[in-house]
Formats: sequence, C-alpha cells, structure tokens
Amino acid sequence: MIDYHLNHLKELEAESIFVIREVAATFQNPVLLFSGGKDSIVLTHLSRRAFWPASIPFPLMHIDTGHNFQETLDYRDALVKKMGVKLIVASVQESIDKGRVREETGYEASRIRLQTTTLLDAIEQYKFDCALGGARRDEEKARAKERFFSHRDEFGQWDPKNQRPELWNLFNGRKHIGEHFRVFPLSNWTELDIWQYIRMENIQMPSLYFSHKRKCFARNGIILGYTDFIKLRPEEKVEEMVVRFRTIGDATSTGATLSSATTVDDIIMEVAASRVTERGGRADDKRSETSMEDRKKEGYF
Amino acid sequence: MTRIHDHFDKDQYLKMELLRFTTAGSVDDGKSTLIGRLLYDSKQIFEDQYESIKRISEQRGEEYVNLALLTDGLRAEREQGITIDVAYRYFHTPHRKFIIADTPGHIQYTRNMVTGASTANLALILVDARNGMVEQTCRHMFIASLLKIPHICICINKMDLVNYSEDVYEAIRHQIEGFSTKLDVVDISFIPISALKGDNVVTRSKNMDWYEGPTLMYLLETIHIASDHNHIDCRFPVQYVIRPQNTKYHDYRGYAGRIAGGVYKVGDKVMALPSGLTTTIEAIDVYHSSLQEAFAPMSVTICLADDIDISRGDMIVRENNVPNVGQDIDVMVCWLNEKPLQAKGKYAIKHTTKEARCIVKEIKYKLNINTLHRNEQDLNIGLNDIGRISIRTTQPLFYDSYRRNRNTGSLILVDEGTNETVGAGMII
Ligand SMILES: Nc1nc2c(ncn2[C@@H]2O[C@H](COP(=O)(O)OP(=O)(O)O)[C@@H](O)[C@H]2O)c(=O)[nH]1
Repeated sequence: MIDYHLNHLKELEAESIFVIREVAATFQNPVLLFSGGKDSIVLTHLSRRAFWPASIPFPLMHIDTGHNFQETLDYRDALVKKMGVKLIVASVQESIDKGRVREETGYEASRIRLQTTTLLDAIEQYKFDCALGGARRDEEKARAKERFFSHRDEFGQWDPKNQRPELWNLFNGRKHIGEHFRVFPLSNWTELDIWQYIRMENIQMPSLYFSHKRKCFARNGIILGYTDFIKLRPEEKVEEMVVRFRTIGDATSTGATLSSATTVDDIIMEVAASRVTERGGRADDKRSETSMEDRKKEGYF
Repeated sequence: MTRIHDHFDKDQYLKMELLRFTTAGSVDDGKSTLIGRLLYDSKQIFEDQYESIKRISEQRGEEYVNLALLTDGLRAEREQGITIDVAYRYFHTPHRKFIIADTPGHIQYTRNMVTGASTANLALILVDARNGMVEQTCRHMFIASLLKIPHICICINKMDLVNYSEDVYEAIRHQIEGFSTKLDVVDISFIPISALKGDNVVTRSKNMDWYEGPTLMYLLETIHIASDHNHIDCRFPVQYVIRPQNTKYHDYRGYAGRIAGGVYKVGDKVMALPSGLTTTIEAIDVYHSSLQEAFAPMSVTICLADDIDISRGDMIVRENNVPNVGQDIDVMVCWLNEKPLQAKGKYAIKHTTKEARCIVKEIKYKLNINTLHRNEQDLNIGLNDIGRISIRTTQPLFYDSYRRNRNTGSLILVDEGTNETVGAGMII
C-alpha cells in the first residue's frame, strides 16, 4: 500500500490555508495585517495560494509607525503590486497629529504601544470584522495560549482567561456587533519552519534579513540600526557593523544580530544553531517580563 | 543550554513528519518537569529562556534550575503557580516536529483536556510511581479513548523515588492494562521514567536495566502515525468556491477545501451532496500546478467536469461510499460551559464546513467518567460533564461516526446568545 503522508511543512501549509479560507468564507470584511516581517510575508503567500487562480479576496493593512527602514517599504509596495491586492496604510503619525495618542519622549521613546490605538481605530473606520495576523505561538510565552480564532470585545481587548475552547478544526467566529476577531493561521509554525518554508517555496525576502553593512549602535545589549528617528545618548557611538535582522518591525526597536548569513540556507543554519530567541532582540519586550501579555490584552497584534 | 545542531541537515526537514500530542496527569505528577526535560534534552532551550528560568529559580531559593518553569504561561498563572488553560509548545528532532498541547491536570479541567485531545495523534499520560493508578488516570485514559487519540503512552514517573523498582512498575502497568480493556484503546505503551533526573526520557536509564522498551523520545520519534488519517472514505467538505474575476481564468470554477478523508484522483467519478448529482474530477489544483491525486489532510481545489451547483457546506464524495445523511443524530457531548446543557434547548452547531442549528431532543444519560457508569437518573450535564444526547438539526448533515472519521464525526455546539462554544460533540 502507498504510504500517504505529508511532511511537516506541507501539513502546516494545509492547516494554514484551511484557516485562511475559513476567514474568507465566514467573515464579511477581513483584512490581513502586513508588517513587512517574514511572518506576514509568508502569510501573504499562503493567502495567495489559498485562492489561486483568483486573487486574495481581502486587503492588506500596514500599521505604519513612520519609523521604517526604506527597504521594508520598497518590498511592501513591490509585493502588493505583484499580487494585485489593495494596500491600506494606517499611520501612527496621524494618530499622534490627531491627538489620539501621545508620543513618548526620551531616548527610549517607542511607537510600539501607540500602534494599538492606530490599529483599533483603523479596524473601526474600515469596519473590519476580522484581522489576520502572522503571530506564532512559539514566539513568546503569552502567545502560547492564543487560539487560531481569537475573540476581541468591543474595546478590542483580549481576555486570556475567557477564551473560547477550540476543538478539532471547527472554528467559532460568531460575534456580536462591534466585536472582531484576530485570526492567526501560522499559530503552529516555528521560526525555523518559516525559513524552511521560504526555502522550499523559494520566496523572495527583503534584503534586511540578509547580512549587510549598516550603521549601528548598541543600547541595553541590543544592536540597533542607526536611523534618523534615533536620538543617541552621549555615550552611544555609531559604528559600521555586518548585521542582519531576525525580525523586522519598527526601526527604533528592532534589534539586529551580527551575522554573515547571506542566503536563506545560511539563515536556516544560523537559526538552527542560535542561542537567543528571536524576540530576545526586541527592545519592546525587554521592558518587563510580561510586556507582551499586557500589550495583547489592550488589543495589540 | 546552547542549541547547537551539529549535524543539522537542511534537506532532512523535507522528510520530517508532524506529531501532535497532548499531556495529562494529576497536579504534581511532574508534567511540567517532563516537558521542560524534553525541550532541554532535545536542545530546544534558548540561552535567554534558560537565563530567565535560572534567575527565577534562584529568586525562589530553589536548589537547581526548575525546568518546569519553561512551560509557565501567563502572568496570572505565574502568580498562582498553576497552569489553567491549554498551552502549545513546539520542539523538533531531526525526524519529527512535535506540537504539545499542554493541558492542566486539575479535576475541573476536563474541558481543557478534551480541547487538547481533539487534534492529537498521541496522549501522554503521567502517573506518579508512588501513587499508581488514581481516579485521574482513569479519567484521562477514558478521555483519550473517547476522543479517539490513536496512541496512548503511559509514563510512570518519579521512578527515582521508588528505587527504580521493576516490581512497582509492573504492578502499576498491570493495573492500568486491566482498566484499559474496558475502553476502546488501540495502542497503549508504558515507560518507566524520572522526569527530574532524566531517566528514559531522552537518554536510556542506567538505573533500570530491566526495562527493555524504548525511551520516551525514541517512541515519539518512531511511532507509526501515517495511518492516523482515514484514507478509505472520500470526504471533501466544500469550504469556499473560487471564481476568479480575471480574463485568463474567466470560466474557472474550483471548489476549495481540506480533504477530510480518503484519496481523490483525477478522473474519479464523484457525487455532490446534497444534490446527489454525479460528475468526474477534472483537475486537482494547488498553486500554479495540478496534482494527479490528493489525500487527507491536504488543502486543495477540485474542478469538476460538469457545471453543477455546489456551495460551501456541500460535500464531494464517491458514489459507492457515501456518508450518513440525516437530521436526527446521537452524540456524546462534553460540556464546556458553566451554564449547563438545556434539555429542549436550541444551539447553533458547526460540523465540517456547515453551520446549522439544532434542538436537544433528549438527554439519554450522563456518564460517570471515573466508573464509566451510565446514569439515566441524573441528566444534568454541566461544565466538564460528558453525556449522550439526541439532537435534531435544521438541515441534514453529511456525517460519519466519530470512531470512523474524526473530521466528519465531530461537531461543536454554540450558545446563540453569548456565542460561546459550549459543547464538543462526537457522533455515535
Ligand atoms: N523525585 C522526582 N521528583 C519529580 C520528578 N518529576 C517531577 N518531580 C517533582 O515533582 C514536583 C511537581 O512537578 P511539576 O513538574 O511541577 O508537576 P506538574 O504539576 O505535573 O506540572 C516538583 O517538585 C518536581 O521537581 C521525578 O521524576 N522525580
């Protein structure tokens, strides 16, 4: 008898595509949250597969902190064009200008937390009833209990104590008016799975993920890229380093790692051998042991 | 604690399989320690994670680094020092990727174990060697058998506290085997371990040379899971209809879905339910290419030779092997909500890709999950209770018994007022 079985990447892919199609079939107005990071890139590719030869039946939305690496924006615009999808940009700068949020001050000022307000405002403005995100359960402790279909109340808040049980592949997306869902099709993927899949599918990635020379400086043990948005402390020195990014987000808080990995193969080897979790390099998580959990409760990604 | 894969092979992962397992045990049986041990000994622990639990262990004045802390979840639980929901963990070896649904052993959390068990290939049940089989063990084994987890592995833990005694191990094994004959269990194995010291978890114990079976890790890596899916009965619940709005694929009409059972081949004669119309499979599409055949659990798009009206919730099957079609259905239900099941109550249901409503016609009995006794007098099915009920649905469902197919035999009940998922149903 033929042994019918899938390898683990194909099984994860099948699961994610199923979840993405459930979203398109059961919500009226879904949106895919696109950050330019590898997870949202893989999510976009899986969405393309899920509906091929039709195009992706929902728009992409970028919550833009205004603190971007130019490479991220170039990549984003090229991808959107290639896939023929609509892009919505929701700007944190606008939320600041409108007085919806107050910009943090000081050297460590970050717009990470402010994104939540911009995101929730955009969800309300466009009347999205579901936002697809690329979060993975292995990223962070607070995410390990997240459901595929994660219910948010009318304030956009997550209640980790009162989550709906999720059984088999039967997802319950019923909600009251004003509530919405966050759906995470990549829940069961790990960082290594993501890179292996990128290799298997030959997905083109932004240059920031590969080793390059960049002006950087060290802060709290994290290497940050030097950009116009950064205010240096007197003792901080900018140096040219050979680095790559393991995650890509807001330019002021995404840490770089010293690396000579120039290909996806190199990256897979590096990830397989790495000694620090990918979020270990993010300044936004270092603030306290529970910072992710606190942000998630408020309605963060 | 460094996570160095000396022989990491980039192409090996194309052959890796996925194994999902759930863990259960009473509080303090050593479940967290065991999971921590599996992660640690398979070199999946990152330096910053290790530093963080080391710091916490020191703060608490613990003697050694407490591996159980690795699987600690949200803040509230950290503060209370217990786990209260299902949490998922990931690790891999060169052969397999593992997904652990970690569920707490506390008595009132049957619901969490059922949740974790619903997608598992294997149930790992812990027993404290000093206590042997307890009520919880029976409960966990029963749930594993009810949820049709194909493999059960009983880890008899804390062997170090009973002098690694073969007699103790054999007595417990004998007792549990006796109980398992009352259940519908296909594959059960036993391993004597010490999660704390590491005996027989990843490395073979030097303290138990009388034990000749595999270590836990070896079992997890090699247990045969390819036949855990039903590859006999063709079941394709239509999830989404793909109709491109572009000129190149103007006439394209594809039925997207995830195969719930069987093997589909191009040229197969198939039947659509509920219409009963027959046609043949013209193509099985995936992104930019076509397949000659596809099987569970693949997500594909099926194109048919004839234009028949099919929409979400319909099912594509083989003419000579159809599922049950009906509105009066008996289910074993596990209740997940504080508000008890209402006799004559109406609920929304979800079954495969179909949504409908149902009325609870009759509660037949409540099951005592420790004794397996069927109680026909006490019919109050509350949180964490399991009982047999008859429902009538507003539309016909296309179903199999849960025993035959976990995908087409399962359904959930949803409260129409609160929208909460309140019941997990297994069709009899
Ligand atoms: N001696 C011994 N102690 C163990 C073993 N496994 C766990 N323990 C201890 O038992 C206690 C409970 O373990 P824990 O993993 O927190 O149990 P859980 O409640 O099932 O997660 C802890 O103090 C562990 O150190 C073992 O194999 N041998």
